[in-house]
Amino acid sequence: MQKALQLHQVCKTYEGGFEAVKGIDLSVEAGDFFALLGPNGAGKSTTIGMISSLMTKTSGRIEIFGHDIDTDLDAAKRCIGLVPQEFNFNTFEPAVEILIHQAGFYGIARNEAKDRAEHCLELLHLQDKRKTPPLKMSGGMKRRLMIARSLVHQPRLLILDEPTAGVDIEIRRATWALLEQLNADGTTIILTTHYLEEAESLCRNVAIIDNGEVLENGPVADLLSQAMAETFVFDIREKQHRELNLGVYRVNKHTATRLEVEVPKGESLNKLFIDLQAAGVEVLSLRNKTNRLEEFFLRLVARNQAGAAHAE
Amino acid sequence: MLSNNWVAFQTIVVREVMRFVRIWVQTLTPPVINAVLYFVIFGSLIGSRIGEMGGHSYMEYIVPGVVMMGVIVNSYSNVVSSFFGAKYQHFIEELLVSPVSNLTILLGYVVGGVCRGLLVGVLVLAVSLAFTQLQVQYWLATGVFTVLTALLFATLGLINAIFARNFDDVSIIPNFVLTPLTFFGGVFYSISMLPPFWQTLSQFNPLFYIINGFRYGVLGAADVSIWYAFVVVLVFTLAAMALALTLLNRGTRLKP
Repeated sequence: MQKALQLHQVCKTYEGGFEAVKGIDLSVEAGDFFALLGPNGAGKSTTIGMISSLMTKTSGRIEIFGHDIDTDLDAAKRCIGLVPQEFNFNTFEPAVEILIHQAGFYGIARNEAKDRAEHCLELLHLQDKRKTPPLKMSGGMKRRLMIARSLVHQPRLLILDEPTAGVDIEIRRATWALLEQLNADGTTIILTTHYLEEAESLCRNVAIIDNGEVLENGPVADLLSQAMAETFVFDIREKQHRELNLGVYRVNKHTATRLEVEVPKGESLNKLFIDLQAAGVEVLSLRNKTNRLEEFFLRLVARNQAGAAHAE
Repeated sequence: MLSNNWVAFQTIVVREVMRFVRIWVQTLTPPVINAVLYFVIFGSLIGSRIGEMGGHSYMEYIVPGVVMMGVIVNSYSNVVSSFFGAKYQHFIEELLVSPVSNLTILLGYVVGGVCRGLLVGVLVLAVSLAFTQLQVQYWLATGVFTVLTALLFATLGLINAIFARNFDDVSIIPNFVLTPLTFFGGVFYSISMLPPFWQTLSQFNPLFYIINGFRYGVLGAADVSIWYAFVVVLVFTLAAMALALTLLNRGTRLKP
């Protein structure tokens, strides 16, 4: 299987000596839907900046579809479409012109660029905003325009840094559907997001980074199987319950109407329900407190940060 | 590869020209109004009392300098404001992530600035015809000095924009360096009127050669040898372009 992206011992040290990325190795296969996760300041955006040539790497090797960015940068750049975290438009330029110019920067002649720009605007449901400058657009429209701009040269690898931050749920779902369609059509997608349910539902593989290092890397399903526990929230019939002791099930929070219980890996929910019934607790509804990936992520990052603090 | 960069070059130039045309009230009107003020106040009102200078009426004498001021200021300010704006709003990243060579970026922005400089030059020259009968003596020299000057100052504007961290950095050079050098470069007087020390000092001012080169093209007379002026302006232009390209290749203040 061809690799869409390979990072070998990539490091980034900023002026002043701060090491943002410390020798990352990463590999993304062509056609993958890949999540790059990590807390704020973990090194995600720096890594994306180096991949897309917005930042210079301090050392290491980056290959995009086999093109080394040190020796074959133009070919590598042609493969990438980037949706950065921050809006980066000329805010006074009409949307359609932004797309036409972006196509021009990739060597696409103006007539073809116009067709592609119109197609991308339609794909992102922005055709009625074609003459509107970003200055007069809502946050959600700007996000969609950023995605449209990244698609105008038909990249093989699409990198999205927080693409659904600050957009409403309807647009988020529409964006997910578009990304799934692009991936199904063969575009490799790398996504960073703070919405871990987004990563869990869209991505097949994931890397979790913190303090500039890769903590975990592999299929989402494999990482989820490592999750040691899952927390459930029960809405219960209002009643004065005495203190609950549920054995292996740890009660994290208990109010008159709500109960949070941590279920260890391998323990069944059936037995929990039997224990709750025995304790006189009547369950009205049940939901996950967080999604499984989020729980795994939080535990992993907390463990890593505790380890780092201990080392200091 | 060449055709891709050619399309990218055209795209940058078209975008730059569309930008300054879209905001013509800010970009094209003020230099014309300034020129009219110079012609009315210095040319007509004060100039009528000065008499001739270098064998020409004072109004005729100042026209080339005022035209060149427009070319210099506008080619410079177009690039410095456009490129710094792109840095400030981060849309310079559109170019940095795409496979556009740094030479193409340099030439695209500079030619955009040259277009504005030349357009302003033509407008000011057209306005001057309302005040004086002007006969261009040497079209080739006039054209060469105008284009070279616009190239030089558009490139200097790009260098300024690369280094600029804020809006103050964008305005310092035009206000505190460019304007004084232009005025002391002989726009309104011949350096033969100056004491020997100031004449010598004026020869270190590159604007002196530019204004005199252009004046030679328009009036057929100048304070300095035309070839010497041409070589000076050409060397400055090539040096500025080499520096700008080096800065872009290094990613100075563009790529962390």
